[in-house]
Amino acid sequence: MRRPEPVQVVKERRDAALAALVDRVPYIGFLGVHFDRRGDELTAVLPYTETLIGNPALPAIHGGVTASFLEVTSIIELGWVLLWEEIESGTRPIEDITPETLPRLPKTIDFTIDYLRSGLPRDAYARARINRSGRRYASVHVEAWQDNRTRLFAQATGHFLMPAGDG
Amino acid sequence: MDRKKKAQLVRHFTEAIPFSNALSMRLDELGEGDAVISMPHDDRFVGDPATGVIHGGAVSALMDTTGGAAVMSHPDAPVVTATLDLRIDYMRAATPGQRIVCRAECYHVTRSVAFMRAWAHDDDSDNPIATATGAFTADGGKTTDKSAGAPT
Repeated sequence: MRRPEPVQVVKERRDAALAALVDRVPYIGFLGVHFDRRGDELTAVLPYTETLIGNPALPAIHGGVTASFLEVTSIIELGWVLLWEEIESGTRPIEDITPETLPRLPKTIDFTIDYLRSGLPRDAYARARINRSGRRYASVHVEAWQDNRTRLFAQATGHFLMPAGDG
Repeated sequence: MDRKKKAQLVRHFTEAIPFSNALSMRLDELGEGDAVISMPHDDRFVGDPATGVIHGGAVSALMDTTGGAAVMSHPDAPVVTATLDLRIDYMRAATPGQRIVCRAECYHVTRSVAFMRAWAHDDDSDNPIATATGAFTADGGKTTDKSAGAPT
């Protein structure tokens, strides 16, 4: 029987894969979004800055920031599931994960954002759930909140075109 | 409020939005219930480095801003609004390097809701990059939980 891998090796592999996936997208850096990982579960974090404001009188986060945050979270979740499969099945050693060998990112077909309450000037969090993922199309639901996990300030549903596989 | 004063107010508000300025948006046209806002290509807004194409989220931000300006400029809508929902359909990738132009039209206003549609294109104006439809608040900020931003 194979011995289990040392926990540090597992963590380093997963963190390196996630960083490779996220760091290559300039717009994620522009927004300042980063991802917390617990096992395979991702939580997107949007730290508050004044440039994210859409209505200075309130102030409230721009609806376009909320839309961007939700779409980024959905695309990374889809990309992460593809990548997880590769790194955890052992088909691709982490040394082989470079910007050139990463799976292509899914493309958004449509995205519908439901603004439930205004985004307050503080950090926001989001998690995406893949409701259906076929060979070509995927359907994703994503929720965002600020202070309370159960008090969502926005949610969205989107359809995505999955990157063409090898087969 | 007279028309000229309202147009000035909407223009002033739209041009002072911090995130729209961060994306280098420019208000090109403002009518009565319609608006045109454009955004340059910028490497910082790229979503797919393999192609250099602008992220859909940046296009969404442009659509939302233009939609909001179109709603506020409508004679029957107040100069304060918030997005209730926004649906964006992506037809094709924006050509890297080209300016993205969004035109939005507020086509109906009730006592509480404004409805708008929008189109975005690059240099090939006959071939849209994306279209959007949305509903915005139009009650002058009376619904405090949506528009006032105060925790309840």
